[in-house]
This record gives sequence, C-alpha cells and structure tokens, in this order.
Amino acid sequence: MTNSKNVKDTEELDSVPAKARYTFGGDEHLFIEVSEAMSLPAFFKGMAICTELQRRALPGVTEICPANAALLVRFDPDVIAPDALLQTLQSIEAGLGDGALHLQTRIIEIPVLYNDPWTHETQMRFRERHQDPTSTDIEYAARINGHASVDEFIAAHSGAPWFVSMVGFVAGLPFLFQMVERERQIEVPKYLSPRTDTPKLTLGHGGCFSCIYSVRGAGGYQMFGVTPAPIFDPAQRLSYFKDLMVFFQPGDIVKWKPIDRAEYDRQIAEVEAGTYALRIVPVSFSLKEFLADPDGYNQQLLKVLHGN
Amino acid sequence: MAIDVRKPGLATSVQDAGRPGYYNLGIPLSGALDQQSLLLANLLVGNDAGAAVIECTLLGPELQFDAPATVAVTGAEARVKVNGAEVPRNESFSVQAGDTLSFDFMKLGARMCIAVAGGIDVPVVLGSRSTYGLGAFGGFKGRKLMAGDKLSIGSASPSARAGKSAPSELLPPLGKEVELRVLPGLYFHRLQEVSMRSFFADTWTVGSEADRIGYRYKNGTPLKFVERTPPFGAGADPSNIVDAGYPYGSIQVPGGREPIILHRDAVSGGGYAMVGTVISADMDLIAQMQPNHKARFVEVDMAGALAARADKRQRLGRLRAALAA
Repeated sequence: MTNSKNVKDTEELDSVPAKARYTFGGDEHLFIEVSEAMSLPAFFKGMAICTELQRRALPGVTEICPANAALLVRFDPDVIAPDALLQTLQSIEAGLGDGALHLQTRIIEIPVLYNDPWTHETQMRFRERHQDPTSTDIEYAARINGHASVDEFIAAHSGAPWFVSMVGFVAGLPFLFQMVERERQIEVPKYLSPRTDTPKLTLGHGGCFSCIYSVRGAGGYQMFGVTPAPIFDPAQRLSYFKDLMVFFQPGDIVKWKPIDRAEYDRQIAEVEAGTYALRIVPVSFSLKEFLADPDGYNQQLLKVLHGN
Repeated sequence: MAIDVRKPGLATSVQDAGRPGYYNLGIPLSGALDQQSLLLANLLVGNDAGAAVIECTLLGPELQFDAPATVAVTGAEARVKVNGAEVPRNESFSVQAGDTLSFDFMKLGARMCIAVAGGIDVPVVLGSRSTYGLGAFGGFKGRKLMAGDKLSIGSASPSARAGKSAPSELLPPLGKEVELRVLPGLYFHRLQEVSMRSFFADTWTVGSEADRIGYRYKNGTPLKFVERTPPFGAGADPSNIVDAGYPYGSIQVPGGREPIILHRDAVSGGGYAMVGTVISADMDLIAQMQPNHKARFVEVDMAGALAARADKRQRLGRLRAALAA
C-alpha cells in the first residue's frame, strides 16, 4: 500500500493519553489502561505493548491479554517482582516506535444472515427488557443511528471492515470495533436487563462493539443476525480449528457478508458435512495509512480479501 | 477401575490445578476453587499435587466404587460415610469393591475435594483435566457430573495407603464470618470517598448467586461512583468502562449495588469497573463461603499481599513436608 506523507491522523492519535495508567489487580495481575475511551490508536498501542512483552518471554509472566483500550498481564510474583514487571512494561511503552502502528494480521469474511428467525424469536421472548418493545433490535438500532431503513443500516454495518479488539468474556467470543470515523460508529445501549438466552453464533452489538456469541447463554447486546460459521469448537471439527478450538485472535480484521436464507442453509449443510471453510487472507495493516484515508484504505483491504 | 455416580450432588465436577495460558482467548483458569484442599487431598492419597479430583458443592454426590481404592476427602465440614458408616475427613481411608461413598449437607464450608489414589482419569484438554462449564469442555464431557456417569481412575502410586492424616494445625480454618484482604486499585479511584470508606467498613453477605464463576455479595451500602462524561464506548452508567480484562479475584460493582468477586471460572472481561482485587492468599477462603456467610473486606497494600502470599506458601510447604512420607 502507498506510503502516505499527507497524514491527517493527529486528532485520533492525540486522543490517546501520552502515558498509560498502570494499576495492580492483587498480587498476580498488572492492569494497563491505555485510554479510558475506545479508539483504534488505543487498541493498537495496547496490542503493541502485548506483542513486545510476548517477544521478551519474561519468566514469571503467565498470561498476556489485550482488550480494546487496555491490557491485562498475569504474573507470578514469586518469579518476577511486581515493581520489576511494572518498570519493564513502562519501558516497553516508552520505547514503542512506529512498529506500534503496523500489524501483520489476516482479513476474514464472515457471512451473516441479518434479521434471522432465531434471534427474532428470542427478541420477542424478552421484549419487556428492551428500550423499545415495539421495534425489533435492528429496527431500533437503525433508527437511533440515523438510518432511513434496516437495509441502509445493514449496508453500514457490513460495508466497512471491523477489528477484533478483544477475545473473551466467554471462550472464543470476539469483540469487534468498526474501522470508520467516530461519527460513523454504530452505537446502541445494551438491553435494560440482560436476557437469559441468546442463540449460539448471534451477531450482537452493545455500546460501540459488535460481537459473535460463541456459546448459547445470557447476553445483553442487541441482536442483529446470526452467522453459519462456527467460531468455537472444543471438538475442532473444521479445518480452521486445526490448531486451536478458538478461531478469532485479537487483531483479526473481519468483513461481514450479508447472505440470504438459502445461502445460510447451504453453508449450514457444509458445516454439518465438515467441509466448511472461511475466506481467510493474510494482510499487513498500517494505522497511519488507514487514518489518513479510512475509506480508501478499507477498499484496498477488501481487494486483498477478494484477491484482486 | 471406575466410579459409578449414583447421585450427582448439587454441583459436582472434575477439577485439578487449573488451565493457565488461555485467558487471552476467554478460557479461564478453572481448577478446584479451594486449591489448598486440592493439594491436601492429593497428598493424602499419594497423588501428584495437581491430580484431578472430584469437587463437590454444599451437598456431595453418592459414588459407588467397582474396585478397592484409597480415598481422601478435604475441605468443608460434613459427615463423610462409606456404606452409611462415618469415616474421617482429612485422612485417607480404603474402600472395597461395591462400597458407596456419601455425604451429609456441608455444615461449615461450601466445597469438598474427593481424591482417589491414581487421580480421576479424564482426557487432558489444553493441559488440564478441569471442567470449564461455560465452554462445555474439559472434565467429564465438559459438564457437571450426572447420575449414571462412570469415571475412570488412573494407576495409584505404590505409596497410597489408608490412615494418612494431615496435622490439624495445618488445616485451613472454616468460619461463617471471613475477612478477605483486598488490594484497592483498578478503578477504585472512580469511587466517591464516602464509598471508598463504606466498602471496607461494611459487612457484606454472600448472595444466592455464588458459584465457580463468581461470588455476589449484598447488604452493604451501595457504592457511588464519581459522575463523569462517559468516555466513548464505555456506556452511560458511571460503573461502566470500555470492556477490559478482569483479573481473578477482581471485584466489580455493576450499578454500584452488589460487589461480585470473580473466581477461577471467571468471565475474562467485560464493561464493569472493578474497585480492587482479593489477594491470591485469600482466594481459597471464598471457595468455602456459603450463601448468607458474611465477609469483611480488609484493605492491604502490595507489601501486605506479598507477605500473606509468602506466609501461605510456607504453610503449604510444611503441609507437603508433613505428608511426604
């Protein structure tokens, strides 16, 4: 991709505090808040700190967990003193160069049946917990985000790609942050009170994050649709679970592809036959180039995804 | 040899020392909630310290053995019976083929570890035999035990024998009122000063939502957060944050109402501000709290947390030494 010299990235980059906030979670965790507010630069800085900490392979560091605009490090204080770890991380932060603005990752196409019957049935069962019991979740989200129709909303949700900015809550559940300017970010409140049920593989959205529910269970995010693609499988049945039962990794880029019911059913049959595969393409991402021209850069990414 | 689960008890699962290393993917540590009781049970029957045991909660299971075995039960206080006759806790004993092990309701404490010489032999998943219920993997078929399940047992060590017991001064105390030491931090600064004080001054009661994921506490003064303009992506309530990782033992307070302490099956992250973290030395104490038991949170600094950790490690060292024979 082009090496842009005309970078108009200052506003978003400056929204991240110069120094992260460090605080201990008991005697075994160091929590690093890069920024109180979510943004791609904050996520990138957190990822860069994680990557460098991982590279150093410090004895006593047992878990390194990036999450949106923060990271969590678990350590054994019998092996590495809390203050020594703190100083190491502060020096990693201070030494982050431009490397912090690049990511070797992959772009993945995830098919979505928006407005599916299963999340619709679930919404109807929990309507009294919703802000607007007379709308569906997607109608409500479209309206409060200023879209004239559900179709227009789906076009916005599936138009620009998303970053997986955290994997967690439960096993393999990705949180995703859309790669558009803040004014275009989709924001919705969570349900007034959480549902006790959410279909497996529901595409949800709460605050500024989308997610895919990896397992059936409780949830508070608005429900927009469902994907046929398994994303968590302890039995590791499909080829893309060859290495691990969890598919998504923080830093993955996701492009939603709206599909209809016939296509959904066809893909489910492939899942059941064990032949299902996803379109997954390696890509390198530059935050500076992206911030200089988000739409143009996203078009480039989609070309990479589709091999042209 | 195998164990036939005749009755499952309230919440019984296979657990070991845990599954570290996958929290970044939302897969928590799991493992016996009371790790000291796990260690003790395994040492009593000659197992490796981290062998898989049966962990039961409040009401134990009824288990039938199809071959002779050496067994030990540690943790909460309840009558332990073989074919209806009481056997000692915290001491290894023998069972014969056809014997049935059963339990009365736990009087003090909330969890027991049932170790069998040779360990519970379930498949190792991501380095551990522990059950992770939300992810439906590990342990026996990824779930709590049910009537009719049959558990395989590994090969017992030649050193396994009945009559091995733990020195009583090395057993953890069980009580209905517990002090939990807390390192304030994370988002503690977002509390109003009055709430920083009341959090540590109040006595809190374990609510009915108390399980391997977390313990919810009630009956304290609701906590007030400092008002603020919500940062982008955080959510409107002052107790909300941009979703972030949750440490084990961290204390979140949704809406400021009821503190929730996450334990070894923790959800790995979310959007609620945490006000501090229970120190590692006191996590086993939470595992033994029943609903309606009372807790006070006692403020410590990092030096205090590390001293408590060293003290606990020393006690466990003495336990290992005492049972090495």
